[in-house]
Amino acid sequence: MFIINNKKIFIWISIVLVVLSLSLVFIFPPKIGIDFKGGALTEVLYKSVRPTQADLEIAFKSSTLGSILLQPTGDLGYIIKSRDLNEAEHNLLLKTLSLNDKNFLDEKSFNSIGPSVGRELTKKAIIAIILVSLGIICFIAFAFRKVSKPVSSWKYGFMAVVSLLHDVTIPIGLFAILSHYFGAEIDTLFVVAILTILGLSVSDTIVIFDRIRENLRNQVAIAKVNFNEIVGKSLEQSYVRSICTSLTVILVLLSLFFFGPESTKYFALMLTVGMFFGTYSSIFLASPLLVWINELQQKNKK
Amino acid sequence: MWKKRILAIIILLLGVGIAFFVFKSEPKLNKNFENQSSFFKHSPFRLGLDLSGGSHLVYKADVSGIQSGQVSDSMSALRDVIERRVNLFGVSEPVVQVQEGGFTSGGDEKLIVDLPGITDVEKATAMIGQTPLLEFKIEAPADAPRQVKVDKDGTATLDAGPQFVSTELSGRYLKKATLEFDQNTREPKVGLQFDETGTKLFAQITKDNVGKIIAIYLDGAPISAPVVREEITGGTAEISGSFTPTEAKQLVGRLNSGALPVPITLLSRQTIGASLGDNAVAAGVKATILGFLFIALFLILWYRLPGFIAVISLCIYISIILTLFKLLPVTLTAAGIAGFIISIGIAVDANVLIFERVKEELRSSRTIADSVSVGFSRAWFSIRDSNISSIITATILFWFGTSLIKGFALTLGMGVLVSMLSAITITRIFLSGISFLGEGKVARFLFSSGISK
Repeated sequence: MFIINNKKIFIWISIVLVVLSLSLVFIFPPKIGIDFKGGALTEVLYKSVRPTQADLEIAFKSSTLGSILLQPTGDLGYIIKSRDLNEAEHNLLLKTLSLNDKNFLDEKSFNSIGPSVGRELTKKAIIAIILVSLGIICFIAFAFRKVSKPVSSWKYGFMAVVSLLHDVTIPIGLFAILSHYFGAEIDTLFVVAILTILGLSVSDTIVIFDRIRENLRNQVAIAKVNFNEIVGKSLEQSYVRSICTSLTVILVLLSLFFFGPESTKYFALMLTVGMFFGTYSSIFLASPLLVWINELQQKNKK
Repeated sequence: MWKKRILAIIILLLGVGIAFFVFKSEPKLNKNFENQSSFFKHSPFRLGLDLSGGSHLVYKADVSGIQSGQVSDSMSALRDVIERRVNLFGVSEPVVQVQEGGFTSGGDEKLIVDLPGITDVEKATAMIGQTPLLEFKIEAPADAPRQVKVDKDGTATLDAGPQFVSTELSGRYLKKATLEFDQNTREPKVGLQFDETGTKLFAQITKDNVGKIIAIYLDGAPISAPVVREEITGGTAEISGSFTPTEAKQLVGRLNSGALPVPITLLSRQTIGASLGDNAVAAGVKATILGFLFIALFLILWYRLPGFIAVISLCIYISIILTLFKLLPVTLTAAGIAGFIISIGIAVDANVLIFERVKEELRSSRTIADSVSVGFSRAWFSIRDSNISSIITATILFWFGTSLIKGFALTLGMGVLVSMLSAITITRIFLSGISFLGEGKVARFLFSSGISK
């Protein structure tokens, strides 16, 4: 009951978190990766000594490769960002990096994406985001079609969607920081992370709403249903399992973040944060909102 | 009662069997791998390019010259041609696929070529773009102007050999090429079979040139110059240059692959070095094992006996999924491994929901056996509902994703589906199998959970 009695505080905490995340996104707009805007990404590892960044920049100035962004990685490596390169330009890049074969290097990876592929991927990502959102909203509507007293079922759905928005906004805010300070870029994995958070965090809200639904059904016989009490009781009955189910996923995500492949680090971190706030919101946001909207409804009737 | 126990033992044995298969078929785990039967040998994990190293090429096909009804036909013809060329290149398990130009892919017809283990893209792209040019030339009339070659030092040499002029007959009219061996000398030769037009042309040419030489040119260089003895109407010819068997085989392959039905341009290219891939695999395996251990520890500490049983059913789940990865097979990428690891976390969710429910039923002073069965049936709805959303996401990502996203969507979606089955049925069978523990204090302690009591 503690949560329901102090619902305004928790709703405010969430509002502050969301506003903070949104302002982070506006202050540090995340960089867009080559997946979506096209370009080339090359990672090289020098055999013994790494030329200084300044030397390489001078070497690139006289080349025809356009603007080049050098980023040191590890002790002997560089990540080079440039416009998309064809085979000849790619060879020129490698030659320039070796300062005309004076410094031996290994090319660890090379990725060149034409602008048309980028545009296509952007389109696909937008379609996927729209479809997943629609799919989940339809699913929520379906899951709550039967409960309509005292709060109508579309309100459950609406609250579930509100808490979903909360759950994805916060990781996006975190990503803005990652992008600003650690050079993370919006790529396809970022989009996948957002969509997976949508899928995972809605399930938590469903577990709790499911319990409210069951308790409401059991108490239909009692004439006067105290909605607040039922929600409070449902929360008390289900918060442990809600936390436990999320905890298991967070445990594997953390192990993926700390020990997993380099390429999925940010992905794992975003999912961890999304999962955490997904659980937080299903306990501290979705249900309090449900009670709050019911109270508004009662006041209007009077 | 015995029935349930026997069933539990059978499931356990099946699980051990599946785990044994995964172990046996993995060269890194099985020291004796070389001596295993082919069944085990031919079921390795299939690693995506980002894990195995290799090249990923995306071509755009220019289908503007093709009637709209025939686009998909010419695209699959293009895929076949490229696939044959890539196979010729000696790449193990190349993947060549057509991506249709629907409204999701920006309207362009695309061809995606994955070459595992090939990091020399220059060589690969040259190979893919190469079209063999097969020409049949006849002796020029004796009075035709002769070619004079002038050396650097100024001496001119008259090319004394016969001059050749092009005919209409070319590789375009080739139906197929076959690798043959001369019955006497055992030397390899290439048999050519012309199509209808080619047969007519060849008959005409041979008729007009009896006793003369017909030169066969490949990529502008003569490779064979046989003398025509009589008119050939059967539409077959053979090239018997001094080939090595490998050369002859390659030539056959190149001739059969023929010209590209539509022109292609390279749109994007990705190369991943093998060392980067190896590190990613090692990290992925480490993350999986540690993630599993964390979950096992949590389940046993928090849920005690049922938790221990959930760990066993989780082991069986992991064995089933890994076996499916091997047998289907599923191409594993770094994102795919991430999907698999997350699915381990989700797989336990169903068990957590059930155990919490069982605990609740125990509190309302039911017997252990009753609590277990009521707990299972009541938890089912929340399990179903909470997994549907993940399945929706995975399905849409699978339909709309690039190969990278597809890997994630597939492993996550499969994981959720299989785990719903394994967590519910397997755990249930095991829990009913140990009902002999009775209803004593010890049993109740083992079945309760959490820190309190």
